[in-house]
Amino acid sequence: MTEAIEQASHATGKDPRPIKLACRNVWKLFGADAANFIRERDGKASTADIAAAGLVGAVRAVDLEILEGEIFIIMGLSGSGKSTLVRCMSRLVEPSHGKVEFEGKDLLKISDAALIELRRHRMGMVFQNFALLPHLNVLDNIAFPLSIQGQDRSTREARAREVIELVSLGGREHFYPRELSGGQQQRVGIARSLATKPEIWFLDEPFSALDPLIRREMQDELMRLQTMLHKTIVFITHDFDEAIRLADRIAIMKDGEVIQIGTPEELVVNPATDYVAEFTRDVDRAKVISARSLMRACDSAEHGGTVAPEAKISSFSASIVAAGKPFAVVNGTGKPIGEVTPQAVIDLLAGIERPGT
Amino acid sequence: MTVTASASEARPPLQRWLAIWGLALAAVLVLFLLQDSLSWAVNYPAGAIVPVADWVSALMGWIKSNLSWLTRSITAVLGVPLDFALNLLAKNFKIGHGADAFVLPRLSWVGVCAAAFLAGYAAGGRRLGMLVGGCFLYIALFGQWTSAMLTLALISIAVPFCILTGLFLGIWAWRKPWAERLIVSPALDLMQTIPTFAYLIPMLLLFGNSPVSAMIATAIFATPPMVRATMLGLSRVPSEIDDFSEMAGCTARQKLWRVLLPSARPTLMVGVNQVIMLALNMVIIASMIGAGGLGYDVLLALRALKVGEAMEAGLAIVALAIALDRLSQAIAHKQAKGNVHRSTSPGLWRRYPNLTLAIAILAVTTLLGLFVPSFAAVPKAITFTTAPLWKAAVNWVTINFFDIIEAFRVALILNVLNPLRAFCEGFPWLGAVFLLGLAGYQLSGLRLAALVAALTAFCAITGLWEKTMATVYLCGISAFIACLIGIPIGLMAARSDRFEKIVTPVIDTLQVLPSFCFIIPVVMLFRVGDVTAMIATVAFAVVPAIRYTNHGVRQVPPALIEAAKVSGCTPRQTFFRVQLPLALPEIMLGVNQTILMALAMIIICAMVGTRDLGQEVFIALSKADSGRGIVAGLAIAFIGIVADRLFNAWTAKARARLG
Repeated sequence: MTEAIEQASHATGKDPRPIKLACRNVWKLFGADAANFIRERDGKASTADIAAAGLVGAVRAVDLEILEGEIFIIMGLSGSGKSTLVRCMSRLVEPSHGKVEFEGKDLLKISDAALIELRRHRMGMVFQNFALLPHLNVLDNIAFPLSIQGQDRSTREARAREVIELVSLGGREHFYPRELSGGQQQRVGIARSLATKPEIWFLDEPFSALDPLIRREMQDELMRLQTMLHKTIVFITHDFDEAIRLADRIAIMKDGEVIQIGTPEELVVNPATDYVAEFTRDVDRAKVISARSLMRACDSAEHGGTVAPEAKISSFSASIVAAGKPFAVVNGTGKPIGEVTPQAVIDLLAGIERPGT
Repeated sequence: MTVTASASEARPPLQRWLAIWGLALAAVLVLFLLQDSLSWAVNYPAGAIVPVADWVSALMGWIKSNLSWLTRSITAVLGVPLDFALNLLAKNFKIGHGADAFVLPRLSWVGVCAAAFLAGYAAGGRRLGMLVGGCFLYIALFGQWTSAMLTLALISIAVPFCILTGLFLGIWAWRKPWAERLIVSPALDLMQTIPTFAYLIPMLLLFGNSPVSAMIATAIFATPPMVRATMLGLSRVPSEIDDFSEMAGCTARQKLWRVLLPSARPTLMVGVNQVIMLALNMVIIASMIGAGGLGYDVLLALRALKVGEAMEAGLAIVALAIALDRLSQAIAHKQAKGNVHRSTSPGLWRRYPNLTLAIAILAVTTLLGLFVPSFAAVPKAITFTTAPLWKAAVNWVTINFFDIIEAFRVALILNVLNPLRAFCEGFPWLGAVFLLGLAGYQLSGLRLAALVAALTAFCAITGLWEKTMATVYLCGISAFIACLIGIPIGLMAARSDRFEKIVTPVIDTLQVLPSFCFIIPVVMLFRVGDVTAMIATVAFAVVPAIRYTNHGVRQVPPALIEAAKVSGCTPRQTFFRVQLPLALPEIMLGVNQTILMALAMIIICAMVGTRDLGQEVFIALSKADSGRGIVAGLAIAFIGIVADRLFNAWTAKARARLG
C-alpha cells in the first residue's frame, strides 16, 4: 500500500501537471451501519475486521491522484471494486469514508445542487452497455444532456451535430439506438458524454461489450480524440492489454484495494506483487519497455545509432539487431546518457533473464 | 454399507412427513366419525358466529350517512367526462329541455368504423385494420351499436383514469419500498382476488345505481396491472441508464419523467393492454349496477332465458374485446420494437396522416348525419339479427339430443357432483384448518401456516363454512377437469409446432373474452345449475393450464435436451425424464392460475343458479346488503389467497430443488 502511494507521489513529483481528482483513503463498505463501522475505526480496518462485522468491502483504503490531461486506467478483474471506485469518484455511489477531491474541493461535502451543476458541465461518463435512451434518436440522445440543462433546441442540436461529426457518425442523426451496431452505439455514447465539454471523462469499460476488432478500432478512435481534446480520463478495464495500450498510468485493483499505481513500464519492470507480475507476464515487453530501462553506462566507443530515452524497444529492435552494434541513448540536448546493446534487446525479445542486465 | 447408511439417513424427513400426514388424516377421520359427540368441530356452532357482516354493514351505513357529501361530489365530478363520452359515442348531446331542445348528434357509426380501421392500419398494417374495422362493422350490422358504444364510452373514460392512477401508485411504491411492502402489494393482492361481484356492492351503496358507480368499480378492478407494470418497468430499467441520468445532471423529476418512464415504455404498454381488457370485463359485469351497454343486454336476455339475444350481445362483446385487445397489443408491440428513423420531420398533418384522416372522416360523417339519417343511426334495413337462428339451433339440439344431454347431465350430477358436494360440505372445519395449516408449515414454515389457518378459520367463524365448501367443491372439480384437459393439450403443443400454431390463436381468443360470454352457450344446452357452472368454468379456466404447460416444456434449455440425446435417451425418455421434471414448477404455476381463474368464474356463475358464496354475494347485491356481500367476497378472496400461497410455496420449493 505505502509503496503504491510512494510511486504515485513520485510520479506527481516529477510531473508539473496539477491534480484534477484525488481519492484520499476512500472506503466503500456494503452492509448494515457500514459508515459508522469505518468511522469508529478512524478509516482503518483489516479484512478480518470487515468480515467479522458481516460487511463486504467493495473499495478499501484507496489513495490515488489523477493529473490533468492524463489517461488514468483502473484495471482489475470482475469483483475487484473498480466499478464501485469510479462511481465513488463521481458520487454515483456514496463512499462510506474518505475524501474525493475535485480540484482540491471535497466532492462529498458539496450540496446536491452543486453536484448536479458539476455533473452537468464538468463530468462526462461512458458506459459499458452504452446506456442510450431507446426512445430517442441519435441526435436527441446526444443532445439530451444539453436539453436537461435547459438549452434551446437550435443551440443544443448545433452542438450535437458538432460531436456527431467528431465521432464520424454523420448521416445517422435520425437513427434509433437499436438500428445501430454496437460500435456505432458506443460512438453515440461517447459523443453524448462529450457534448457538454466535460473536463473529466469517466469511461466505465467502454469497449468490453464490443468484438475484438471493433474494440481495437475504438481504442484508436479514443487515442485520436484524446490528441485533439486533452481530457482528463479515468478509464476502467479488465483487459490488461487495453490498459497498456492506452494508459499514461495504471492502478491495479484486487479485492477492493489498489495494489500498485504506475506507468505500464513501471508495472512490467517492477511489479509490486506476484499478482501484478502475473498480469504482466504475457505482455509484449518490447512495446512497453523503453530504452531508458534497458540502457547501461556507455562503454563502447562505436554506436550504430541513437535513440531517445523514451523510445520503446520495439521501435528500434529490428534496426539495432541488423546493425549489430550498441545504440547510444541521447537526451533532448543530444548528450549520450547510456547505451543499449543488441544482446540486451535480443534477450528481452527472447524473454531471457540475465543477472546484471 | 456406507452407501446404505447415508441413503437411509437422507430418508427420515420424508418418512416423518408421511407419518405426520397419516396421523393428521386419521385424526380428521376420527373427527368426522365422531361428529355426533363433537359436532362443534364439524359444523361451526351457530351461537359462536362472529357477526362480521353486521359490523361491516354498520360501517358502510355510517360512511353512507356521514360522507354522502363526499360521494355525491365524486359522482358529480366523475359524471362530467363520463356524460360527455356517453353523449359523444352513444346518446347525442341535448342542449336545452323538452321538445325545443337542440340536439347535437353523436359520432356517426360510419365514421367510428372508419376510424377503427385507420387505428388498426396505423398500429399494425392493413390486416389489423381490416380486423378492427370489421369487428366494429359487425357490431353495427348486428344491431348492437348503441349498447356497444355505451360500453366503449365507459371504457374510454375508465381506462385513462386507471392508467394515471396506476402510474402514480406504481411510482410511489417504487420510490418508497416500505409503501410497497406494507400498503401497495397487499392491497393489489386483495383487489385482484376479491371477486368482481363483491366490488359492486359498496359502489352501489355509496354511489347509487348509475354509470358512475360502474365506472368507479371498473377503475378499482382494472388498476392493479398498471401499478404492477409501472413497478416492474421502473425496476427493470438498466442500472446504467439510471447512472447515466445522474451523470447527465438530471434532477429527480427530470430523471423520472424524461429517462426512466420513457425507457420503461414497452412494459408500461403491456400494462395498458391488461388494463383495457380488465376494464372491458368489469364494465360488462358492472351492468348489474347501472353501467348499461352490452353487459346489460346479456343480463336481461339471460334473466328471461332468451338465449338467442344473449348470444348476439355476447358475440358483440367478443368482437369488441378482440378489436380492443389486438389494437392495444399491436401498439404495445410497436413500442417494444422501438421507433424507426425518418430522415425528415414533417408537419403535423404529414406526421400523423392516419390520425388527421380519422378526425376528418369523423367530422364529415357526423355532419352528414345531421341531414342523412342513415349516417346518424345504423339503418334498420341493413342490420340483421341472428337471434332466431340461434334459437332455432338450440331448439333443434334440444329436440334431437335432449335425451343424451340430459342423461349426461343427470349422470354427472348424481355420480360425481352430488357425492363430492356432500363430502365437501360435511368436511369438519377444524380438520380443514388443521390440515391446511400443516401443509403451510411443511411447505414454508410457521408464518405461512398461521396465515393459511387464520384465513380458513375466518370462513368458518363468520358462519359461511358450508357455502365456502360448496365453492371449494365446485371450483376444485372445475379446476381439476380444466387441468385434465389443459395439461395434455399443453404437452402436445409443446411437442408439435404445428399443433401449437393451431392452439395459440384459440387460447389467445379465449383469454380476451369477458367471463360472461362463457356462460351463454352452455346455458343454452344445459340450462341452469351446477353442471352449467362447471362447464363454463372449465372453458374459462383451461387457458393458463395450456399456456403454462406449453411454455414450461419449451423453456427447458436446449443444452439439457442435447445432453439427454447424447446420453442416448429416446425421444420418449427425453420427454419424461428431462423435459417434464424440469417443466414441473412452471406447470404448477399454470395449475395455480387455473384455480384462481376457476374461482373467479364460479362466482359469476351464481347467475346460473349455484348455491355457494357467489350466490351469497349475488343475493346481497340484489338486496344491497353490503355487510353480507363484503364478508362473502372476503371469504372468496381468502380461498384464492390460501390456494395461491400454498401453490407458490410449493413451486418455490420445487424451483429451489432444481436450482
